[in-house]
Amino acid sequence: MARVTRQEVERIADLAQLTLDEALIEQLQAEMTEILTYVDKLNELDTSGVEPAMHALEHTNVFREDTVLPSLDREQALDNAPSSDDEYFLVPRILDSE
Amino acid sequence: MEYEAVIGMEVHVELNTKSKVFCGCSTNFHAPPNTNVCPVCLGMPGVLPVLNKAAVETSIAVGLALNCSISRWSKMDRKNYFYPDLAKNYQISQYDLPLCYDGFVEIETDNGPKRIGVTRAHLEEDTARNVHTIGSSESGVDFNRSGVPLLEIVTEPDIGSGQEAYEYLTGLKQTLQYLGASDCNMEEGSLRAEANISVRPTGSKEFGTKTEVKNVASFSGTQKAIAYEIERQIAVLKEGGVIVQETRGWDDRKNATVSQRSKESAHDYRYFPEPDLPPLQVDEAWEQSIRESLPELPHDRKQRFQEQYGLTPYDAGVLTAARPIADYYEAVLTAGGEAKPAANWVMGDLQALLTEARTEIQDCRVAPEHLAGMLQLIADGSISGKMAKEVLEEMFATGKSAKQLVEEKGLAQISDTAELESIALKVIEENPGPVADYKNGKDRALKFLMGQIMKATKGQGNPKLVNEILVRELNKH
Repeated sequence: MARVTRQEVERIADLAQLTLDEALIEQLQAEMTEILTYVDKLNELDTSGVEPAMHALEHTNVFREDTVLPSLDREQALDNAPSSDDEYFLVPRILDSE
Repeated sequence: MEYEAVIGMEVHVELNTKSKVFCGCSTNFHAPPNTNVCPVCLGMPGVLPVLNKAAVETSIAVGLALNCSISRWSKMDRKNYFYPDLAKNYQISQYDLPLCYDGFVEIETDNGPKRIGVTRAHLEEDTARNVHTIGSSESGVDFNRSGVPLLEIVTEPDIGSGQEAYEYLTGLKQTLQYLGASDCNMEEGSLRAEANISVRPTGSKEFGTKTEVKNVASFSGTQKAIAYEIERQIAVLKEGGVIVQETRGWDDRKNATVSQRSKESAHDYRYFPEPDLPPLQVDEAWEQSIRESLPELPHDRKQRFQEQYGLTPYDAGVLTAARPIADYYEAVLTAGGEAKPAANWVMGDLQALLTEARTEIQDCRVAPEHLAGMLQLIADGSISGKMAKEVLEEMFATGKSAKQLVEEKGLAQISDTAELESIALKVIEENPGPVADYKNGKDRALKFLMGQIMKATKGQGNPKLVNEILVRELNKH
């Protein structure tokens, strides 16, 4: 497994909206390389003829019926929000039109 | 150089289940903000989504109605992005295994019927609604919409004009409403259409750079926006410019598409299978049972109306445009109404009354049986077509039957031969001049005499009978 590049770490950080300092970038480069090398071991297995697993569990079709259940009180719902008024969660103004 | 447009559409439609797609919160649009919310649709840690069976079945029904194949196996995936309408920072959607794929919608064009390919229809959750107050430094978020089941229907780039896009959207909406899958209310956002538009030299195989037009509030607006965008792109290319890939909105006042400022960082949604939801398996038996529960669809019903009732394609189209109208019309026939007169009254006078009162036919006070009763009174000569118009207005206002109103108002047409004869004789005696004119071959005189009889009967004489009697008596005279 080739070493994860600096650009790859920066791109992943950008997608995750994280700002990394120099030291952390280098540390993550090493750690991510290590993880990928470890997972890469699976490539040693011959999986031709094995159907891809879609899920860790073997269940399929787990459903609920279309029944309305009680919701939270609005006060409760807004209780943990960093910012809210009586009706809405509040976030920094969204400049982009939706 | 001639150019042609290449258009594909994405339509998001909210399915009208009672509860949300992954939790039991109500989907009621009119609830006060943040009252239909729970830990699941607020994206709180440690909660687990459970898929609403009705949302899956409705999706499959829509897929079948759009001539799609249904995936034997499909799954939900996470689409990762950051936006304040998304509590979890991912949307549960479907990526590589959509529930429905490979269908089509048939539209009418000037060159005959045309199939618009449906690439896929997949199930996902709607996002929260952002509320912006002018001048405020903050935006509000209402999570009532978060988790409402959403079906995304994607077409092939088969659409060639704004008009075709309009026909496609109308046909799609009609089908969705026939199925009862969604109310398709664009004002409430339960149907949202986006168009991907590009142009290329006619006959070229390569696609041009596309722009995306979204957030248009109506089908006719979408049609205008597409037509505008095609012209704009052609003009840019003819001047040697290049098309910038971007999202554009529609400005109703300017009648133009406008670039929507957005940070177009290349999207990388990093889809991966949703670990909290097991895969979906739709076997043939399940698919078949849903297929069997489908109502008769607009296209088939239109066909049948022509064959069974002898209606013109135009009339059959109008009567099947919306399911409630078609249901009403057939109820009138079941109650004994004749096909053609019933069609004329439903499409004509009744529709006019509904439009004027801004009422839907399902809320109309004229019961189908009562309309059938009115048609019967016309057929047996009890009332004239002209009287019937008046009767229908009263029926519309009061909900009473035609028979009852005719009796109450003494409107019945006089079809009593003896009575009409005596009136005719009296009119003949009183008008020797016109009678002489008639004898001398002046047709106008007959009309005058008819008018006198109708006046004497206060307009209630059966016109056909009056004419017969008058001519007979004049000839005897």
